[in-house]
Amino acid sequence: MIGLSAYLVLAALVFSIGLFGVLTRRNAIGILLGIELMLNAVNINLVAFARFNGDLTGLVFTLFTISITVAEVAVGLAIVIAIFRVRRTVEADRLDLLRG
Amino acid sequence: MTLETVGFGVVATALLASSLAVVLTPNLFHAVLYLAVALVATGVVFLLLDQPFLFAVQLLLYAGGVVTIVVFAIMLTERLVGERITQTSRYLVNGALVAAAVFAGVVGFLIQAPAGAPRAAQTIDPTASIGRALVGPFAVTFELLGVLLVAALLGALYFARSEE
Repeated sequence: MIGLSAYLVLAALVFSIGLFGVLTRRNAIGILLGIELMLNAVNINLVAFARFNGDLTGLVFTLFTISITVAEVAVGLAIVIAIFRVRRTVEADRLDLLRG
Repeated sequence: MTLETVGFGVVATALLASSLAVVLTPNLFHAVLYLAVALVATGVVFLLLDQPFLFAVQLLLYAGGVVTIVVFAIMLTERLVGERITQTSRYLVNGALVAAAVFAGVVGFLIQAPAGAPRAAQTIDPTASIGRALVGPFAVTFELLGVLLVAALLGALYFARSEE
């Protein structure tokens, strides 16, 4: 029988891998992919807690986070495309218009 | 070794391997394909937790929707023909240190936590219960989510429109 902690450790590992991707990727789309991994790990946590505690709220909350993530990705990629039109690059290090 | 243990091991291995591939592969296009594998593996984890409805939502929205939009964005912003779309990474050591520290912190909390009760048999039908909760106690939140989706749709259209 797989315990709750196994799911939590798995989610923590995926979260750390996603964080590593956010910190190391240069491309803005690559950073978004890392954020996707981190949000997925959170969903695993929510579903695992909901299942093991017999509470429905975690499942509904997972539905909400999935929908909000999809909206966030759509807006984020639209911003990436808008930046690309202006600067001809999507490398996060070279987007320094606000630097004094 | 029960069937559940074997299934969890296989799914966890696939999820971790594809997640690592997402952040490590130099080709951004391959990273998106590995992300699709990771998202499907997450859906199978939901199946292991007896949630077939969330598995379907995960497949439709994440593996179907998100991967498609990201592929489109890559095609719009990278030159696919000619030079390869290789990506270099930066701060590899520092990034690994921070990620490992976060993982150690989370696992430290998990070790201190008391062992939870083993999972009880599922008595309710999760899909029907989610449906009733969405139009019952969570009805206002559900409507707000619809407003948010419309706002996101309009915002994405506004940002990505052509300058005419």
